[in-house]
Amino acid sequence: MIEIRDVCKRFGNLEVLRMISASFTDGNSYAIVGPNGSGKTTLIKSILGMVLPDKGSIEVSGQVIKGQWAYREQIGYMPQIGRYPDNMRIGHVLDMIRDLRHTRSETDEELVADLGLKALFDKRMHTLSGGTRQKVSAAIAFLFDPKIMILDEPTAGLDPLAAEVLKAKILKEKSRGKIFLITSHMMSDLDELTSEIVYLQEGAVRYAASIPAIKVEAGREKLGQAIAEMMRRDFKRPSP
Amino acid sequence: MIRITKHVLYDILRNRFVILYALFLMVITLSLFSLDSDPGKAVLSLMNIILMVVPLVSIIFTTIYFFNSYEFIELLLSQPIDRKVIFFSEYIAASFTLSVAYLLGVGVPIFMLSPDWGSLYLVFAGLLLTWVFVSLAFAASVSTRDKARGIGIALLFWFYFGLIYDGFMLYIIYSFSDYPMEKVTLALVSFNPVDLARIVILLKLDISALMGYTGAFYKSFFGTSLGTVFSASMLVLWIVLPLIYSLRKFLSKDI
Repeated sequence: MIEIRDVCKRFGNLEVLRMISASFTDGNSYAIVGPNGSGKTTLIKSILGMVLPDKGSIEVSGQVIKGQWAYREQIGYMPQIGRYPDNMRIGHVLDMIRDLRHTRSETDEELVADLGLKALFDKRMHTLSGGTRQKVSAAIAFLFDPKIMILDEPTAGLDPLAAEVLKAKILKEKSRGKIFLITSHMMSDLDELTSEIVYLQEGAVRYAASIPAIKVEAGREKLGQAIAEMMRRDFKRPSP
Repeated sequence: MIRITKHVLYDILRNRFVILYALFLMVITLSLFSLDSDPGKAVLSLMNIILMVVPLVSIIFTTIYFFNSYEFIELLLSQPIDRKVIFFSEYIAASFTLSVAYLLGVGVPIFMLSPDWGSLYLVFAGLLLTWVFVSLAFAASVSTRDKARGIGIALLFWFYFGLIYDGFMLYIIYSFSDYPMEKVTLALVSFNPVDLARIVILLKLDISALMGYTGAFYKSFFGTSLGTVFSASMLVLWIVLPLIYSLRKFLSKDI
């Protein structure tokens, strides 16, 4: 459960989040969509405590996160651009994260195996392609079996095979009751993976509904077309 | 905390620059001692070089390291780790690495060639100076996001404390030479860590002729031991205050 209330954030003159409120409940998966620069990544980074909001409050599992850090145990995060220390090898990065978390419970190594990372353990991070970095980020995000998964453009840059592996993993974990927040510009992916949609525009929630509802409302079969249709109508609900 | 420091250290030590720094200091130390038959004089020349080189390398290395480890900090921040712990791990790792390089480059050879109190104080003052400039480097790094600007601020600190400040102090003393300036200069020295370190060493080397105006006055005002304690504690303040400033900035920084 994540509860966001009236969060504002500005970077200099730029108002990135304007009084944004949203709530993400257990067992649901959310697609966060919106034009470039609409505040998707800033919202995600605020939940992670990397960006500190100017106003408003964020609660994760009923706990206000301001100044806290232990709550991040519950979150698995896959960044848009995974940046890692250049000189480390993949194997060492994974070992380090395991060591830092210091958990006694078993780690979920499924993605490490399925994405073929084991064969690459000796490669240094700066020699990796963007797609391979994404694989490392995905493996790290799922490693500790967290309750909340935040994936920022998970399939961008992945090859078709890896993208399918990742999507299968997301669907599997979703059925186990995890909350997913996924941003993407790939509407077909979101159509498969998520059940709710949150549309951001200029740092505020413009539209939030379940995906079947938006399809019915727009009268379209596919999510991409439905959103395009709703944007054309400027998100005005038809008068009854 | 120790676990994270260990990983940060591992990251820093991949940088071969630290080894070069240690070697450079060792070459200087050894050559100064072989050039001069009087170890006291060699210590003095070594001091003059160390007071310039140690601050410069400490502040520039740390600033560059901090900006290069942005990715690392980002990765750590998405894990359940306290920001304070990340900050102090970075500080401890940077100052530890530079201190070890300094001890290997200057400490080890000097204790083999001239094991006396003067040498001990030289090593001690250099260590304090290393930590002061690592602190200042953190202050420079957290106040901007731009690497070039961060390094610029760091260089400015070094120029200011290494060159500009002394000129400024000389100007004040000269302009107000008709007035009793002793206590004023005493206060002014406290605002420059490099001068403080110089005084710590000179008080012990006991070369009044080379101590200059402030050094001589320092000695007559405090005496050797109290003077050393006073200037060393001022140096500790120079470590702590920039560190507190940068910690506060770091805690409220958007990564």
